[in-house]
Amino acid sequence: MSSMTDTPRQPFRLSMLIYDSRYRSITIQVVALIGFIAGVAWIVNNTIQNLATLGKSPDFGFLLEPAGYDINQRLIEYHSQMTHARAAFVGLLNTLLVAVAGCVLATIIGVFVGILRLSKNWLIGRLMTVYVEAQRNVPVLLWIVFLMAIVSEIPPRPADFRSGEAQMLFDSIAVTNRGIYIPEPLFANSLGDVTVLKGVLKDSFYFSISLDLIVLLAVFLGGLVISGLIKRRADRIQEATGERPTTWYLRLGIVFLPTLAVLYMLGFHLGYPVLKGFNFTGGIHLRNSFVALWIALSLYTAAFIAEIVRAGIMAISRGQTEAAAALGLRGGKIMSLVILPQALRIIIPPLISQYLNLTKNTSLAIAVGYMDITGTLGGITLNQTGRELECLLLLMLIYLTISLSISSVMNWYNERVKLTER
Amino acid sequence: MKKTVFFGALAVAGMAAGVAAAGTLDDVKARGKLNCGVSTGLVGFAAPDANGNWEGFDVGVCRAVAAAVLGDPTAVEFVPTTGKTRFTALASGEVDMLARNTTWTFTRDVDLKFEFVGINYYDGQGFMAPKSLGVTSAKELDGATICIQTGTTTELNLADFFRANNMSYEPVPIETNAEAQQQYLAGACDVLTTDASGLAATRASFENPQDHIILPEIISKEPLGPLVRHGDQQWGDLVRWTLNALISAEELGITSANIDELAKGTKNPEINRILGTEGDLGGMLGLDKQWAYRAIKAGGNYGELFEKNIGENTPIGLARGLNAQWKDGGLIYSPPFR
Ligand SMILES: N[C@@H](CCC(=O)N[C@@H](CS)C(=O)NCC(=O)O)C(=O)O
Repeated sequence: MSSMTDTPRQPFRLSMLIYDSRYRSITIQVVALIGFIAGVAWIVNNTIQNLATLGKSPDFGFLLEPAGYDINQRLIEYHSQMTHARAAFVGLLNTLLVAVAGCVLATIIGVFVGILRLSKNWLIGRLMTVYVEAQRNVPVLLWIVFLMAIVSEIPPRPADFRSGEAQMLFDSIAVTNRGIYIPEPLFANSLGDVTVLKGVLKDSFYFSISLDLIVLLAVFLGGLVISGLIKRRADRIQEATGERPTTWYLRLGIVFLPTLAVLYMLGFHLGYPVLKGFNFTGGIHLRNSFVALWIALSLYTAAFIAEIVRAGIMAISRGQTEAAAALGLRGGKIMSLVILPQALRIIIPPLISQYLNLTKNTSLAIAVGYMDITGTLGGITLNQTGRELECLLLLMLIYLTISLSISSVMNWYNERVKLTER
Repeated sequence: MKKTVFFGALAVAGMAAGVAAAGTLDDVKARGKLNCGVSTGLVGFAAPDANGNWEGFDVGVCRAVAAAVLGDPTAVEFVPTTGKTRFTALASGEVDMLARNTTWTFTRDVDLKFEFVGINYYDGQGFMAPKSLGVTSAKELDGATICIQTGTTTELNLADFFRANNMSYEPVPIETNAEAQQQYLAGACDVLTTDASGLAATRASFENPQDHIILPEIISKEPLGPLVRHGDQQWGDLVRWTLNALISAEELGITSANIDELAKGTKNPEINRILGTEGDLGGMLGLDKQWAYRAIKAGGNYGELFEKNIGENTPIGLARGLNAQWKDGGLIYSPPFR
């Protein structure tokens, strides 16, 4: 450094870009960047040109043409005269449905298995080890196909219910070889729906939100907030007087009574599946493809989550457990109040990547004919329109967006629970 | 200096990409094998036998082309394709031609940039149901669960048919015929729908074919034929006229049994032109004079291929119907060899 001040400042010359160590690294980086951009530009340009010679220049116009095919599982209105973009949207929602349901179930199973693997009970511990190893060491695709075979070969056919060979569970759940039919929530005095984005882009992206659901959620959340306030008041009183007022019945009531009242006013009842014609109608139809994909992905990912949870718990020193025990806490309380909150900090970052894996693995849906975004946009639409490049680009963009959203939400959560170090 | 090398590499790569588009005939000759896209397995149309040799009506077209071009009907690499993968396989050059129960439609011809060289089977979409279901007409299928192969015209026709008749259904999308068959037999769907010929072929492979009926409604036109990529006219012509040679051969009475006799020369100039004893039609295709002789000899004429693979004396038992020669009241008709 000192030499720099000693020598008189030289005027900038072009050769300094290469010979002067101050500039050289920048020069190299700039050259590399230009090379990279040129390479990408060349590949893109080449692709576009080759497609053009084939007479297939990239064009996303097909997205607003009628799709022409039907989709069995639809969370929103759809029929074959709607656009390809609409079909893609239906697929996207199906992707998100298994992804979310999968993450939830995988987390629940994973945490249980992870804790049980540490069990002092030899049998339980070993059983969990077998589960984890079996799941981790077999490709998830095989699990999906295997489960699909089970759910479509073993349960009775709908016709068997008519002949009395098979019975519904509790008169309300029908397990058939075409899926499971469960009761659906219905509202006699429904408030209706709000529909958004109707009329935009040839009706490609409109959807309806049930007002009943919004009201119910609002009332329930309101109850939770008030219950939180009551708890804080109790804390304050306890700090001041040393005596804690009994509030559990108050809090329980605040959370559930208004919700129940709203349910009653809306005329809540269950719609049961009934056998009509070829199939059951009414109720919610959990298709085989959904069940197989959901359970297989959850069980598979749960094995990895279990390992993460186990590692997280083992990383907390035994001293913590002993200290908590010395304070008089019981086993379950030690786990939930002392160990898990600390372990969470270790668990969350790898957990994010498991969620991402599960979400990306949902694209294996294609193996069982579950109509996710890969099955609609990347499957039938791609095939019927022959727009491979466009469909695959869109598909990559969509998965990228989903993944980035998941990691940013999880990273935000991670920031919050992180140890604030001093 | 470095720059020039870089741009030189670019130019070479760019040229290589450009050349690959044409010259399928030369590629096939240089390779010594024809890559032919067929179905993953549909008995009678394209399926490997117990020894792994591909057999069937569509396979017959591949073999005829291989015989015409390479002189060896066995010089074919059969590439199994699903309804979904077949067009990518053809467009990317993985196969030189497709002979896979493929319906000639406007969009496939014009938008997907393929060239259908003709029609080797006039078909239509039908439904198959177990007799025990008690259905006698497709109009009674409201609410049924239906197995369909994705990436086909079938799924589009189905949507239209049910919409037009104001009925609902539950589609079960399926990748291959084998899977469709298994799902259908397991009762995962009430009805199986695809081309009527495909239904007959599928039913023939069941343990108890008589327990299943094919419903009377045919809901679409499915002209099935071999296809090649757009843009290589020479190759397109070659495949087209190979198919026409098989069809004309039946019309003119050239069979695998009498072809050697006829190849010595006959009084019928068209037979002579086809078999290469008169004129040089083969030369115009970039082949030798005996091309059509070999194509016909490979598996017999159109009628022979039909009878051997899917005809009334096979388990599939399809009548000629629309697929009879035009002289016999059918639609099978080849332009003249002249
Ligand atoms: N002709 C229709 C349907 C073709 C199709 O997929 N047919 C079925 C049954 S006829 C088939 O060939 N399956 C054989 C396989 O799955 O490989 C089309 O071109 O889209």
